[in-house]
Amino acid sequence: MRWLIALSIIFAVLLSVIPVPFDWRIWRPEFVALFVVYWATYSPEHFGVFSAWLCGILLDVVSLATLGEHALGLMIVAYIANLAYQRIRSYALWQQSAWALILIGVYQLFTNWASGLVGKSIETIDFLGAAALTALFWPLLVVVLRKIKIRFRLP
Amino acid sequence: MGIGRYTDYLQSPRHYINVISTPFYWLGDTPARIGLWFDDTFVSRQTLMEDNQRLQQQVLLQEARLQKMSALANEANRLRGLMGSSRLLEDKVVVAELLGISPDPKVHKVILNKGTQDGVYVGQAVLDAYGLVGQIVATTPYTSDVLFITDDSHAIPVQIIRNNVRTVVEGIGDLYQLRLRYVPSSMNIVEGDLLVSSGLGGRFPAGYPVATIKMIDRDPGKSFVTVYATPTAQLNRSRYVLLVFPAGDESEGVNESVPELSNNQVSGE
Repeated sequence: MRWLIALSIIFAVLLSVIPVPFDWRIWRPEFVALFVVYWATYSPEHFGVFSAWLCGILLDVVSLATLGEHALGLMIVAYIANLAYQRIRSYALWQQSAWALILIGVYQLFTNWASGLVGKSIETIDFLGAAALTALFWPLLVVVLRKIKIRFRLP
Repeated sequence: MGIGRYTDYLQSPRHYINVISTPFYWLGDTPARIGLWFDDTFVSRQTLMEDNQRLQQQVLLQEARLQKMSALANEANRLRGLMGSSRLLEDKVVVAELLGISPDPKVHKVILNKGTQDGVYVGQAVLDAYGLVGQIVATTPYTSDVLFITDDSHAIPVQIIRNNVRTVVEGIGDLYQLRLRYVPSSMNIVEGDLLVSSGLGGRFPAGYPVATIKMIDRDPGKSFVTVYATPTAQLNRSRYVLLVFPAGDESEGVNESVPELSNNQVSGE
């Protein structure tokens, strides 16, 4: 289980630094936050606030941000997801997507606030468009990871 | 986070910690590299011959221009010698390749594939074939981060090449625009003026093209004019950039330098 979590997070970090044209970067889905929400909802016994912090620090280092910028938002999101996992897991996929949208919106608000502290905030709410794009990936992620888990006989 | 931002205690650890990011950018760049490899490998003979011919003509033209330049540079140095001032030296440059782009949409930063192992240092100026790109703000042993002149935390001292008026041009977070603030309304500046780095402050070498003036916003009610300029460097297109080692600098230790590409480029336009 742990190797799958680690691999998926590394994959997500890789996706979040793939070069795209400068003006498209604002639309890049928040893959790391998506995976953090997924693991905090589906494996809360393996993935808690500390794991989310580790993912956040890795993302900070790789994306050349100030240390802690993404870690803060990911910790908060993982905490909320850990609290609500029983209820969320019984919902339909599209309802879970809506939940992911809200959580990733929260993550982006905190990240944007944190980068505002260092003078780099986005003044409009354009950045929430990326959250909507990310939420579209949620059903795909759940289905694919379910297949992988069955294939490798993981819980 | 505050420690990282407001103090520099984390500076040297991050020089090493950031090595973790290198494989990510290297992997992320792989598709582009494979694409380039395909472009290089599967080319028809026809295209190669055409390219060859075009490049040969280009080299011929450049050589001719360069001869004139070297004569002019000699003359300028002789005149400077007569006036008792120091000689103009030619800067050395090293070619580096783009490895990645900062994922943060508000930050205009790219990652190069040369680091302290190649002699790169923080504060070094970065050029492309058309003008000044930015400066190195962080290094790891194998990569370095370039802050573009268009980033909204960047400003650079320049002078207008037509009349040597000095001013400062700053980034506004727009890849195609720079801004000059607090320009006195009496200053002699017109659209189309070329701005070159003035070398004040000692960070950027003097004489490299930075931007051309695009729009002058004269508001009679204000005592200052706001001027907008377009960077001459092709910031979103160049895959190869040049790292400048100022002349007389001992720290360079690389052989693939191209001494021909120097200050003199500017006046050829």
